[in-house]
Amino acid sequence: MKKKSVCLGVLLACGLWQLNLGVGGGLHAAEPATQLEAKVEIPRLNVSEYHRPYVAMWIADQDRKVVANLAVWYQLTGSREGEGTKWLPDLRQWWRRSGRSLQMPVDGVSAATRPPGQHTVKLSSDDPRLAKLPPGKYDFVIEAAREVGGREMLQIPFTWPLDQPQTHAVEGKSELGKISITLTP
Amino acid sequence: MSRFLIIPALLAALCCSSAQAHRVWLRPSQTVLSGAEPWVTVDAAVSNDLFYFNHHPLRLDNLVITAPDGSEAEAQNQALGKYRSVFDFSLQQTGTYRVAVVNHGLFASWTENGERRRFRGTAANLADEVPAGAENLKVTESYGRIETFVTNGQPNDTALKPTGKGIELVPLTHPNDLYAGEKATFRLLVNGQPAEGLEIELIRGDTRYRDAHDAKTLTTNSNGEFTVTWPEAGMYWFETSVQDEHTEIKEATQRRMSYAVTLEVLPQ
Repeated sequence: MKKKSVCLGVLLACGLWQLNLGVGGGLHAAEPATQLEAKVEIPRLNVSEYHRPYVAMWIADQDRKVVANLAVWYQLTGSREGEGTKWLPDLRQWWRRSGRSLQMPVDGVSAATRPPGQHTVKLSSDDPRLAKLPPGKYDFVIEAAREVGGREMLQIPFTWPLDQPQTHAVEGKSELGKISITLTP
Repeated sequence: MSRFLIIPALLAALCCSSAQAHRVWLRPSQTVLSGAEPWVTVDAAVSNDLFYFNHHPLRLDNLVITAPDGSEAEAQNQALGKYRSVFDFSLQQTGTYRVAVVNHGLFASWTENGERRRFRGTAANLADEVPAGAENLKVTESYGRIETFVTNGQPNDTALKPTGKGIELVPLTHPNDLYAGEKATFRLLVNGQPAEGLEIELIRGDTRYRDAHDAKTLTTNSNGEFTVTWPEAGMYWFETSVQDEHTEIKEATQRRMSYAVTLEVLPQ
């Protein structure tokens, strides 16, 4: 169950990769270039009761509207169907801006919670979430909330599209560690 | 609209002689929910401080929970305690629920054998309680609405439709979409019409942990609207009341309407 859900996050990329193979047809057809790569560090916390955080990542426009959901990690297992969705509103900005209008799970977005360590979320150049993004100023936003713990939200502003590769990083203070995004033209 | 206008001084003199300081409220355990079938538990009380149980429980005889599709949802596990009453309900639908206690009754006073007598009840039992031809009989009709709102998933407006009776809230900003530092606008109706000049007393909860209640007084404009910028997150409560002569109960000479609501303001 858990393994399956972890895969959800990469399903979309997998699907696109296959699609590319089909279109390209040739032996040299490669995986589409990664255009947005987010590196997310979930810190190891020395607390008596630890639960993996719920994490949401999205791209917001200047009105703070969500223009693309990148990932939502929440508890997918439980004794009852959809049990873990109960705590999604704890990601309160994401919930307000996007989550409450979504039907969970969302293919290619929702996935199981991650353990402490570094995790990577990649969007390829032909991902519609990037391909359809109109030129402008945006924020990459990451929000984390942990059961019996705290909440933290970080933002990385960027301009789209860009001329050359850029990496921006921010450092969390409590629920998130180092967060960086690398954008490639 | 001006017929609903009332001078605050007059209001203060006429209304709520004993209940003036008492605040009536419903307080949900949370207002923003998600999941297959989340539950909310609600405390209901009459107290001086917000939101503490230290005076009377609120009777739940006239409790109505309106579901997001406009149907009625059922309250469960009702209990009447010494200082509070309580009930739960499950949010089987997505959208906004309106939880309301709507009391329609009357207050009568008269003189009997030189003594002042009082009765609080309904039109149906007025005749049983008050002797025919009672001296100095004065009957005041009362229509009070106490409410709160909770939302499962995406907020909607179906349950918020006004009934056209008493004082009602038309939230121009959704009552489960309130955030610290942001503005919210509400319209107040009296019998379905926007009411100008209503005075609103707005208080944030947790009053025990500060020296003053810091009540904010706001007044509805010519559209019956008022705007508030939430200074911080918390459970807020506001109340307003008005008096007129448009009685439904034929024995009553005047009518007092009141409205109280609990709203949760979330942090950014």
